[in-house]
Amino acid sequence: MEDKLNDDIGEAKRLQLWEMMLKLRLVEKKAYDLFLQNLIKGTSHLALGQEAIAGAFGVALQEGDYTFCTYRGHAHTLARGSSIEGVLGELMGRQCGLMKGKGGSMHLTDVEKGVMGSYAIIGAHLTIANGTALASKYNKTKEVSVCFFGDGTTNIGAFHEALNMAKIWDLPIVFVCENNLYMEYTAISEVTAVEHPAADRASAYSLDKIIVDGNDADEMYRTAQTAIKKARDGHGPSLIEAKTYRHSGHSRADPGKYRPDEEVKDWMENKDPIKNYRQKLLEFNIDEKTITGIESKIQQQVEEATNISKNSPIPDIKEIYTDVWADGGYKWHN
Amino acid sequence: MAQLTYRESVSLAIAQAMRRDPKVFFIGEDVGAAGGVFKATVGLLDEFGKERVMDAPISEQAILGAAMGAAMTGLRPIAEIMFSDFLAVCWDIIANQIAKTRYMSDGQINIPLVIRTANGGGSKFGAQHSQSLENWSMMIPGLKVVAPSCSSDVLGLMDASVKDPDPVIFYEHKSLYASKEQLENTNLSIPLGQANILHEGADITIIGLALMAQRSKKAAQILKEKHNINAKVIDLRTLVPLDLQTIKRSIIETGLVITVEENPRLCGWGAEISSLITEHCFSNLKGPVTRVTTPHVPLPSADILEDNTIPSVDLIINEVIKKVKGE
Repeated sequence: MEDKLNDDIGEAKRLQLWEMMLKLRLVEKKAYDLFLQNLIKGTSHLALGQEAIAGAFGVALQEGDYTFCTYRGHAHTLARGSSIEGVLGELMGRQCGLMKGKGGSMHLTDVEKGVMGSYAIIGAHLTIANGTALASKYNKTKEVSVCFFGDGTTNIGAFHEALNMAKIWDLPIVFVCENNLYMEYTAISEVTAVEHPAADRASAYSLDKIIVDGNDADEMYRTAQTAIKKARDGHGPSLIEAKTYRHSGHSRADPGKYRPDEEVKDWMENKDPIKNYRQKLLEFNIDEKTITGIESKIQQQVEEATNISKNSPIPDIKEIYTDVWADGGYKWHN
Repeated sequence: MAQLTYRESVSLAIAQAMRRDPKVFFIGEDVGAAGGVFKATVGLLDEFGKERVMDAPISEQAILGAAMGAAMTGLRPIAEIMFSDFLAVCWDIIANQIAKTRYMSDGQINIPLVIRTANGGGSKFGAQHSQSLENWSMMIPGLKVVAPSCSSDVLGLMDASVKDPDPVIFYEHKSLYASKEQLENTNLSIPLGQANILHEGADITIIGLALMAQRSKKAAQILKEKHNINAKVIDLRTLVPLDLQTIKRSIIETGLVITVEENPRLCGWGAEISSLITEHCFSNLKGPVTRVTTPHVPLPSADILEDNTIPSVDLIINEVIKKVKGE
């Protein structure tokens, strides 16, 4: 084993990061295939190309920590250890889905794994993530809350309200802006007063300016670890801006034609986090058989989970009337 | 026990909940050191300290988001939104997040929180600090809606709201804060979904809420003394859950019904009550349901304008007389 592999990350963690990112990539690809087969309805927002961010946090976080993500949240949910059939089944509206089809692609939730929900209204979940962080402080426990969001979120009021509150109360929280350069169909630079939509706002809330290459899994992992430790040690919130790029459009309906071909090509060919990490593992003299072994293992897991999901029954229509209230029902008058 | 104002009963109700359960904390703007802009939370900071009584910035979304997130972990926050009109600036957190998360998560997440807010007119504050907005939250599946009309109901309904496993919007009426009630016991609990009869009578049913319930009671007293009309006054106390059975029993007895609402006409809570009565009690009705509401206008500010916009005791009396006489 070469020296450079025995650094702060090490081989075992790197293979964990590799396996994690690969899982996120292959499940998203499968989700896309299932859409084309019309087995998934509604909409979907794929995180293809952004796997290093959710993946690194997934490896760095502990059991019991809370995560909040957006409607582009399949990857973040899987990264906490939620089952692949739980995610794909939910997208397909099957009983094996995490919420038995009651939430869908944009609302993946798995409380047992600390996945406190995926939020489809921009900005809201930053304020809610403060709440789980506040609970940890109130209860004097050590969980850390992590909240992922996109660059577009930095222009909505809730972002600013949440950062201010997190800072004044020194909450154990990490805010992670995944800057993929486009809010939806519009370049974030065209609609934002500053160059770095999250990092340039950090000073307004007495937070450090942190910008990281969100497609470099090692750097992402180091940044995640530092911020998580800071929060866990009681030193308050962090705001991280991770530069990345989504390989596909904003949603299922969007071919992403507003992006220059050269730009897309550059990110796909030269800055793909998975392609580059594979190369890095080889440069670290990690046995290619180990790498491909993990690839086959994940491929098999995704195929198995897809079959489980396809064979899972559709929900009973009685589910419509369940779980509005904590008593399990929906009655509002006697 | 001396007389207790509605205002004092708010702080006492919160204090009793916080003494009983360490999971209860209180968050809002100007609620701690200042004791609330309506002085309804005086003394809480002194008793419970900054860790449990949190003075928040003017950030309604952040306040309710924090309350929601904390509730998701099992804490039982009470959050104050200073004026109910300000619910509009955090309506996403209420209507999209707090109300729907339990359902969307297939019951994985409970949100046991109470949002207190000062509601209603009478203070000449104009159209953005005086609205009566119970119907906004009534139309969202997943929210319970409470609006006490007296000190004992504040105590009893707050106790039930804090203990309730679901989110509750607790509308306190600004014009009732100074009202007083003689109480022998302050450890009260009133189940949500249980209406209260404020005045007995078999000639007509008047259904009200909060200030309108109290004005209806006053009207019923005058109707009995001066007009020989016996009106039964139902204070709904909570819109969700709704005590439909009490309404039905009364209409079977009286056959005539008036709803008295402080909100503008369109889609006020009385419209839903009226629809339910038609559906469930049609054969018992001697005439159509009458809805007394404010006209469909924003609330004006000047004394004479506001006083003539919100249903008054006199208006209720006149509408009842017309109804009973079949006019």
